[in-house]
Amino acid sequence: MGVKLLLDKAHVEGIRYYDVYRREGGYRSVEKALKMSPADIVEEVKKSGLRGRGGAGFPAGMKWSFIAKPEGVPRHLVCNADESEPGTFKDRYLMEFLPHLLIEGLIVASFALGSNATYIYIRGEYAWIPDILEQAINEAKANGWLGKNIQGSGFDCEIYVQRGAGAYICGEETALIESLEGKRGNPRIKPPFPAVKGVWDRPTVVNNVETLAAVVPVINMGGEAYSKIGVGKSTGTKLISACGNINKPGVYEIDMTISVEEFVYSDEYCGGIPNGKRLKACIPGGSSVPILPANLLFKTAKGEQRMMNYESLSDGGFATGSMMGSGGFIVLDEDQCVVKHTLTLARFYRHESCGQCSPCREGTGWMEKILKNIETGKGKMTDIDLLWDIQRKIEGNTICPLGDAAAWPVAAAIRHFRDEFEWHVNNPELCLTQNFGLAHYADAREVVA
Amino acid sequence: MAQFTEERLAKVKEIIARYPDGKQKSALLPVLHLAQEQFGWLSSETMDYVAGLLQIEPIEVYEVATFYSMYNLKPVGKYMFEVCQTGPCMVRGSEDIIEYIKQKLGIKVGETTADGLFTLKTVECLGACGYAPMMQLGKHYREHLTKEKVDAIIEECRRNAAANN
Repeated sequence: MGVKLLLDKAHVEGIRYYDVYRREGGYRSVEKALKMSPADIVEEVKKSGLRGRGGAGFPAGMKWSFIAKPEGVPRHLVCNADESEPGTFKDRYLMEFLPHLLIEGLIVASFALGSNATYIYIRGEYAWIPDILEQAINEAKANGWLGKNIQGSGFDCEIYVQRGAGAYICGEETALIESLEGKRGNPRIKPPFPAVKGVWDRPTVVNNVETLAAVVPVINMGGEAYSKIGVGKSTGTKLISACGNINKPGVYEIDMTISVEEFVYSDEYCGGIPNGKRLKACIPGGSSVPILPANLLFKTAKGEQRMMNYESLSDGGFATGSMMGSGGFIVLDEDQCVVKHTLTLARFYRHESCGQCSPCREGTGWMEKILKNIETGKGKMTDIDLLWDIQRKIEGNTICPLGDAAAWPVAAAIRHFRDEFEWHVNNPELCLTQNFGLAHYADAREVVA
Repeated sequence: MAQFTEERLAKVKEIIARYPDGKQKSALLPVLHLAQEQFGWLSSETMDYVAGLLQIEPIEVYEVATFYSMYNLKPVGKYMFEVCQTGPCMVRGSEDIIEYIKQKLGIKVGETTADGLFTLKTVECLGACGYAPMMQLGKHYREHLTKEKVDAIIEECRRNAAANN
């Protein structure tokens, strides 16, 4: 059993409610934080090495230290609960089952940043969760953890929940800010960064749900102690939402010292592949990170065991590695078609492109069309190179990272599974009724052994 | 004339109070949700009404209503089945579920049944990948879908509709 810092109390009956949460040690981090200076709290978070859990992995303490403090201008903390990256459903789990953990982290972070009005921006489809969060907010307020003069500290804070209305792009922090202002979710050109000019042109920090929840153990145990959990720059614990062809889909907390193989096959986590099937491929960090064939998933190109942490998952760069991303772990077994799976992702990104930048707006549409042709036996061999060319022209040429997110899955699919694309082109009839299968991709466990 | 109930008007006031003075436009997304709850979809008349409430130009409402996928710009059935079709759901059989609903209700994706009860829509990832295949039905998710579950859901909707009539 690895260390659990976030989900250790998830199965306590009634933990969703204040009395039980408090009895189990809840809100201790707020008591501790209110006796510290905001600058010291930022210092603890820096020391902890906590990295943004939304996908980018940027050090949270560093992000906090960037917030501008112009005289007389209010500052805001915004919680990014717009969880929309395919394969990712960890924040939903936290909010549904441990709402007070998020509220507790939000109060500490609001105090550290000087935010008197803090907003949780939650994806619109999670329509039942605002009720859960608002109940937790009301309970916290009734017990003196929110509102005016919190616990006699002189600090005032309100937390508001705002629902989006269906747009993946609003998970990008500047698009989220636009949406919070009642506009289309079009990402802004940076700089200025939100830390200087965010919501209503005020200094703003946007953090992911899991990042803010992790602030609670950071403060409780101290940044130094938190930084000793995990390995290297992958400190603390990470929530992984596992799905696809596995026996036990769900949300798991890992301490980043376990191997990918253990995560896939151990009964404590995914529990292996159903029906005795073999593993074909895996997208380890949400749909936008590169897909890895089985033989590169468990071992790096250097032959080292691949571990479930930021550094090891990205070992080898995009040539032979992938990314930790949001922790959305999608497993594909030998019966899955990589071309078809990639097509669903291309369709997703076409649907979600905000349309501001032409490489993304046009490119995502073309990638979907070409993939559809290849998948349905109407593709030409030159289409594969054309796809490669299009994704290359999107990557790095857009205002926000959605362009990259759309390009990478297509690039990685061609990079590692080109023969499967060619097989579709060469077998236009057969590919309608059959799958390419595992072909030469060795069974992952054999490779490891 | 589109007009909010007293209860919803009070809610609009409460929402506007969450933002700094003069930033009432921030309430647009939540207020459009309220409008859709009451009217079922967003007609241009409804959008103009919302613009008036928030003291913004109608175009500011139109451009937002057309951007976000959850706002219905035309009438939909009483029960909308929004079935996810993105990779992780596809891997767990969402295509079969969509096909089954199409046959069972006799409609294509995007259509509404003649009795106005059901609309079928495909959607992109709703964050329930571990509980796939899934659909959104109103405020809630229906997960681990099977054909039997789809049958039961359709029955449940028909029963509820009959009870409300």
